[in-house]
Amino acid sequence: MTNEELKIKLTELNPAATFEEGGEWLNLFIDAADLLSFTKTIKENSELYFDYLFCLTCVDWKTHLTMVYHFSSTKHRHNIVVKVKLDRTNPEIETLSFLWRTAEFHEREVYELFGVKFLNHPDLRRLILTDDFEGWPLRKDFEDPINMIKL
Amino acid sequence: MFRQTEIINQPSTIPPSKEEGEYLTINVGPQHPATHGVLHLVITLSGETIINIEPHLGYIHRSIEKMCESLSYRQFIYVTSRMDYLSSHINNHACALVVEKGLQVEVPQRAQYIRVIMDELTRIASHSLWWGAMAMDLGAFTPFFHAFREREAINEIMEETCGARLTMNYMVPGGVMVDLHPNFQQKTKALIQAYYNRLDEWDELVTGNIIFQNRMKGVGMLSAENAISYGCTGPVARGSGVSCDVRKIYPYEIYNQLQFDEILETGCDSLARYNVRLKEIRQSLKIVEQLIDNIPEGEFQAKTKAVLKLPKGEFYQRVETARGELGVYIVSEGGTTPYRIKFRSPGFSNLSALNHMVKGSKIGDLIAAMGTLDLVIPDIDR
Repeated sequence: MTNEELKIKLTELNPAATFEEGGEWLNLFIDAADLLSFTKTIKENSELYFDYLFCLTCVDWKTHLTMVYHFSSTKHRHNIVVKVKLDRTNPEIETLSFLWRTAEFHEREVYELFGVKFLNHPDLRRLILTDDFEGWPLRKDFEDPINMIKL
Repeated sequence: MFRQTEIINQPSTIPPSKEEGEYLTINVGPQHPATHGVLHLVITLSGETIINIEPHLGYIHRSIEKMCESLSYRQFIYVTSRMDYLSSHINNHACALVVEKGLQVEVPQRAQYIRVIMDELTRIASHSLWWGAMAMDLGAFTPFFHAFREREAINEIMEETCGARLTMNYMVPGGVMVDLHPNFQQKTKALIQAYYNRLDEWDELVTGNIIFQNRMKGVGMLSAENAISYGCTGPVARGSGVSCDVRKIYPYEIYNQLQFDEILETGCDSLARYNVRLKEIRQSLKIVEQLIDNIPEGEFQAKTKAVLKLPKGEFYQRVETARGELGVYIVSEGGTTPYRIKFRSPGFSNLSALNHMVKGSKIGDLIAAMGTLDLVIPDIDR
């Protein structure tokens, strides 16, 4: 499906979604509460069939965090980007690890680097950093004079 | 004499305990010859059967993503050679492509040809090293020397042109850094001819070996459905019959003009992944053969500004490395440095499937299954 066709189809599924113009692929913002049901639909719908979650990450915009999910379909070969805005003080979102197993590791990485809490995650622990590490290193306000990361 | 026989007849292994709570936990790594780097696996065993595997990462974590936030669009490419050091050309390529996509720079034909040749030579070198290491993991030491001898020839070619053997830093936004060495074409042609003969030798030496086949068949099973769910790409997914070659599906540079096949195997086991890689070497040789005599004359680098500024927006580029799909995601605010950069590394996702692949099998099979994932630890940790 082309971006325009995807846009029409996805608006039918979630009328509350807002679209972002520009970029190679269709970008859409949805509410954190809708994420699990929305992604389940786009995975199981035979016309969309987004069965492959190829990138899961987070961006710190200083006022809020944005979760960024890149989906692709191995059958139809179309891509979309789903984004969810999160509160910066207490970021919480449902896990997708029961729909895409790859999310389990990627969410653990986002958890330790951004401090996003994934609800119902099977094993939400730090993956790369040590267990006693303090702070969320990929946030923009993170300062660590001893283990300097900034160049 | 009599006493010796008695000792041999004693049972060598303790029978597996059925009761829960009597599991044995062992650590493989962070320093272990079979993990090929500082990977730490905590393995729970019942007798010799694997109950659970938990990877502990981060021993070589350098926070490349955070570092890149304070590096310019020319500088950050150099860091990426240190991620997957066996595919450093391809990592550089991905970064150069994403910057070119943002700047909308047209890359000269000559540079595109050189880039693809370098990518494919890298893939051959990487798969060769993997082949040697794989056989070594299973106890055959000779193939390791064979593989290193062949890889050395590629490294020499690289050294002449790029001035480096491992961290190449050869591809820059707009093209490649320097033109090809005068010896390049002649040496590469000789290499291709030698390689075809070597590959037949390798098949005789290892592939047809019945002991080797028995150790690989039916080990580390990964169904196509699970391969997609775990985000596996590259030879790991193609060994399960999942078509995922970025060069075919989302072609970049001149890949859509080239004749080559995407290798798919349906065995879903370690032997299938092994076969995919060996066949891919032949395909890469075929690609280099098509290009080496037809490199167009002209510029090797497009003219770009001294200070690069990407427009505000988001850019994503994926390429096929020797291990699978590498994605570079850049969020730009219009400045000289990226606002946020994410590397979707193939090894990270491939490793996440390991627990699923070997659960319930014997610990000896772990090495045969893990070897075919072709893990490069700096790529996983970043």
